[in-house]
This record gives sequence, structure tokens and C-alpha cells, in this order.
Amino acid sequence: MSAVPKIVTSRREYADSYTLERYKTTGGFDGLKKALSMTPEAVCAEVDAASLLGRGGAGFPAGRKWSMLRKSDVSYLVINGDESEPATFKDHLLVEHDPHQLVEGVIIAAFALQVTQAFIFLRGEFALGLERVQSAVNGFYAEGALGSNILGSGFSLDIVVHPGAGAYICGEETSLLESLEGKRGFPRIKPPFFPAAIGLYGEPTVVNNVETVSNLPWIVLNGGSAFAALGEGRSTGTRLFALSGKVRNPGVFEIEMVKTTFRDLIFNPSLGGGVTGSGEVKAIIPGGVSAPWFYPEQLDLPLGQDEVADAGSMLGSGSIVVMDTSTCMVKAAWRITRFFSRESCGQCTPCREGSGWLERILYRLENGQGRMEDIDLLLDLCDNIAPGLTWPPQQTTICVLGPSIPSSIHSAISRFRDEFVAHVTNGGCTHG
Amino acid sequence: MNHLTPEMRTRAEKLVALYPEPRSALIPLCHLAQEQDGYLVDDAMIEIAEIVGVTPAEVRGTATFYDMLHTDSVGRYVVGVCTNIACLLAGGDELLAHAEASLGVRAGGTSEDGLFTLEETECLADCDIAPCVQVNHRYVRTTTPEALDSLVAELRAGERGEEIPPHGTLIRVERTVGLEASKDTIAAERATARAAAAERATVEGS
Ligand SMILES: Cc1cc2nc3c(=O)[nH]c(=O)nc-3n(C[C@H](O)[C@H](O)[C@H](O)COP(=O)(O)O)c2cc1C
Ligand code: SF4
Ligand code: FES
Repeated sequence: MSAVPKIVTSRREYADSYTLERYKTTGGFDGLKKALSMTPEAVCAEVDAASLLGRGGAGFPAGRKWSMLRKSDVSYLVINGDESEPATFKDHLLVEHDPHQLVEGVIIAAFALQVTQAFIFLRGEFALGLERVQSAVNGFYAEGALGSNILGSGFSLDIVVHPGAGAYICGEETSLLESLEGKRGFPRIKPPFFPAAIGLYGEPTVVNNVETVSNLPWIVLNGGSAFAALGEGRSTGTRLFALSGKVRNPGVFEIEMVKTTFRDLIFNPSLGGGVTGSGEVKAIIPGGVSAPWFYPEQLDLPLGQDEVADAGSMLGSGSIVVMDTSTCMVKAAWRITRFFSRESCGQCTPCREGSGWLERILYRLENGQGRMEDIDLLLDLCDNIAPGLTWPPQQTTICVLGPSIPSSIHSAISRFRDEFVAHVTNGGCTHG
Repeated sequence: MNHLTPEMRTRAEKLVALYPEPRSALIPLCHLAQEQDGYLVDDAMIEIAEIVGVTPAEVRGTATFYDMLHTDSVGRYVVGVCTNIACLLAGGDELLAHAEASLGVRAGGTSEDGLFTLEETECLADCDIAPCVQVNHRYVRTTTPEALDSLVAELRAGERGEEIPPHGTLIRVERTVGLEASKDTIAAERATARAAAAERATVEGS
């Protein structure tokens, strides 16, 4: 593993990694300068060759998304830094610790797309992140690396740093655009499936995640094929994994894709360092709380997008939660469901009504008022939201928040039905 | 009638100028108003509506969608304790219960002295230092009841004001460079582009 470069966390060890001075002495601007010496098409070609999959959750190839941007006199680039998927905290690291790398990546993407106005949308709770990204933007302007005629290249770009105001749903890209237009964060009806056709203010727009674009300076500098040489199959390069829950060393780790397994990540002394509590894994959530759970027998799966998808879940936002054998599965499913019921935007009946109903049933099971028939009622309601309970789920709603609700409930009941039964017969939870 | 102070008004107008359409500044302006008043008072919403060119009802309607925007008064310090999954596994429930007991308010309430509003939050994206606590949207990294108590004591004593400024997530965010093009130039460019797009649409449609 020693030969694997740190692509997005190379400045992490410096206490002043967020300053312009540190950035300049550690290769800052190099990727940008190289990109500006190329044609936009050549930059796109490198990103295509890199097979850079989006790091926001859906894992769509960035190069392909870019090629879909409808030609127009006005188009926009919007960076998604809403990071609200529970247990996801990798963009938090990037915006606070390497804001210049992010801004450099945004400029490279904008140049490749020939977009002259970009927005960086950061969740409002990132007060420090907002300060740091804004001062990085100010610094780029001061260096002539933003604004008119960037570094003498003839390319011009303005970047606006925009604060969210606390709503998970604004991470969904069409909701984010509504929010950026100053409205309630209601996801837009599809089609069009991509804002690349109709986006911000009705104009073609590319939405990319913070981590996705933070990879660009390295890709341009080292070439797309160097990136694609890391990892395997479609999952190339390195990726940030946010590990939390019952582990000794929770944190964000930059790891080569596919070459590491869930077990390595959780148990390797230089990574997760092992399981706390009982010391034994009961279940893990592999890619944010929208993902179906995995169990001990899946720990040897590699951390790759298709590998995890083939096993019936998703790598999603790259966040892995470890639950040890002392964890109450009913409570875990209840808390996740309560999150969805609080964050549902309310436009679609299955999501709005279903999430609240499921949450109330799980609450009463956990607290001793549950009935035996509640267990099948839960599954039945889940089936109403995502018919057939398949993975990926069938969609009955405007966005995929709704069909994500059943993931944890269906996982918990399929594997730990006895625990649900015990909650009924014992009159509630008997875990600590 | 202006509710925002002249300094706030200037900041507000600078923010509006950054966006292709003024309404995009609605949420940033709500953050500014909260920085001034702690929460969104009616007069602030009326003034924001006027600045961005919508009705006051649209400002309220938008603001009420968002957890960080308050249409009722809040304490000097808004303390958020996360109980979502990673924090739950680290004792988030217990820490929240402790905070309720030591501040003497239930989650969602404001202490009688008006100093603290306690909130139970969803994931704050700091799940490795769990349970996560924020005060006025600054990570304070107090994961134990004892650490939380000493933080509260320090806040009561007026310490840590430097590190935890009043409301308003934009309080220290300042764009030092303005747009180089004038608003009129931008408006003209956009109008041309719109016209061109409309023309293409009619050509394609015919
Ligand atoms: C409910 C929901 C929440 C989402 N939250 C985020 C988020 O916080 N950050 C993010 O980058 N993408 C999020 N996404 C995915 C975005 O819609 C979008 O796919 C992504 O920002 C595209 O960037 P990428 O292609 O670079 O990954 C979310 C999607 C859904 C349905
Ligand atoms: S699925 Fe849920 S969150 Fe998504 S648009 Fe419908 S109601 Fe809103
Ligand atoms: S779950 Fe609490 S901060 Fe993420």
C-alpha cells in the first residue's frame, strides 16, 4: 500500500494545510496551470480516461456527465458540499483542510466545461468551512487565478460560495438548485434526469461533489491514465472513506479503490483499528444510511463501486458505520427512519406519510408498545414505498430519498427478525 | 423603513450583486439577519423580500423549510447535540439527556435566562468525534457530560466568545473581491444569451 499516492489528502499532515502559503509551497496551482495550457477538450479527455466516478453518492462518471452538458451561451457549474448523509464526513475534511485544492478543482472543471460562473454550495453548519473556502476564493483572486483572464489564459471565471441553511434534502442535486435559487428545497420532477439539460435558472448545469472535483488537480497533473492505474475495473483512483460507529479509530481514510476490503478498513491497526464494544461486528452500513446493510460474511468484499453493488448494496457516499453485537437493531433502524421522516421534503405521499408511520411503529416496538403484527406491517409499508423491496429500489417518488427509507428496516428485519419478536415479547428493548 | 443596520444592508447588497438573480441571495440574507437579531424578525423578512424582489410571505415560506433559520427567538447560544446513527452508537442520547438536565430545558427549548437554546440535531458531518456538539454552528468537540458542563460554564462566564461568535454562519465570511464586471454588463450578457436560446428553441421547434 505504500506506493499509493495521497491524491486528495496530500496536505493533511500540515497544521496550516488550509492556508494559501502552504498551498503554494506544496504544488498549489500546478494542476491549474497545466490545465490552462491544454485545450478544454484535452482536459475532458483526461478526466474521461481517469474514469473518475462521482463521489457524491450516485457514482456517475464525471467525464460522461460533462459530455452531457447541453451547449448554451449560459451554463453553470455547481459544487455539492451539502454533506448531510448520516455518517458522511469526508467533504468536511476537504473544505476545512484543503479549500485551495477544492477551488483549483472547480476552476479546472469550469475551464473544461467552458463555464464562467460556478457556485460552491456548502451546508450552513460548516461555519468554519465557509470561512476557509471563501478565503481560498479571495486568495485565488488576489493571485490572478480567478476573475477575468485567469493567469493570462484568456479564460474567466467567478466562484460564489453559497451557504445552505440546514436541510438534508438539499444534497439531492435538483433540490440543491432550487435552494440556490432562493426557494424551499423541493426536488424537481424528472425528466430531465440531469441538470445538464435544465439546471440552475433553467440553464444547463453540471453538479459535482466536493471530493469529485478535488481530484482534478492531481488528474490533470499526472494524467488520467495514472489515476486509472489505481483501483480496478470502473472503480479507479483512491477514495475517501469515512469510518464511524463502534471502531477504535474512527475517521476519514484515503484508500486505493477495490484493493482494500471492509475487513481491512475496520480492523487494520493503521486504519479502523478494530471493533469496540463487544469487539464483534453485527452489521455494517456500507455507504450512508440509504444503503442496505452488510453482515460479517460480507466483510471480505472489496471497497469498489460495482463489487458492493453486485452484493446488493451501495458504496454511496463512502461512509461506513460499524455496529457491534451489543447494538440494538430495532433502535438503529428507528433512528435512521426518524432521520428520513424529519428530512422528507413532503412532496410525495409514500415518502412523507410512509416515513412518519414507519417511525412511529419502530418507536413503539423499541419502547414496549409493539405488537407482533407490526413486524409484517413494517415490511408491507416499506413495500408500498419501494415496490418489491428490490435493490436498487423501484421508484414511486420524485427523488430517491423515499425509496431509501426501507433499506435499514428491510435489512434489520430480514436478518434480525428474532430481535423484533423479542421486543414484542419482552415489552421493549432489553439492550443497555 | 430599514430594519437592517447600514452595515448589514451594505453586506446584503454586496451579496445580492454576486448572483445572476437576486432571489438566490435570499438564504444568505436570512443568515445575515440572524446574525443581527438572533432570529428572523418580521421586519427583517420584509426588508429581505424588498431587497431580493419577492413578497415577505415568500421569504417566510422559504425560511420555514430550513432548520437553521428561526422564526422564533433563540438563545444567545444555540447548542446542537447530534443523536444520529454514529453519535447514537457513541452515547448521543445520553449526552442530550445530560444537556437537557444541566441546561434545564428540553430539546427545542430556550433556557429562562435566554442564554441557551438546545437542539437535537441530525448528522453534523463530524461523526468521528462523537457524539457531536455544535454551538452556533461551531464544532466544540465536547463528547462527554463533563466536557459539556465545563463548556456551558465557560459560555455562562462569557468566555470563548472569540471562538464562538453570535449567530450567523456568515459572520466571518467576507468576500474581499467584488465582481469585475458591472451588474449592467452581466444583465446585458444574460439577456443576449436568453434571446439566443429562445431563438434556437423556436428554430428547433419549427
Ligand atoms: C437525498 C439525497 C441526498 C444527497 N446528498 C448529497 C450530498 O450531500 N452531497 C453530494 O455530493 N451528493 C448528494 N447526493 C447526490 C447528488 O444528487 C448528486 O448525484 C451529486 O452531487 C453529483 O455529484 P457527483 O457526480 O460528483 O457525485 C444526494 C442525493 C440524494 C437523492
Ligand atoms: S421522495 Fe421524499 S424527499 Fe424526495 S421529493 Fe418525494 S417527499 Fe421529497
Ligand atoms: S452522526 Fe452525529 S455527526 Fe454524524
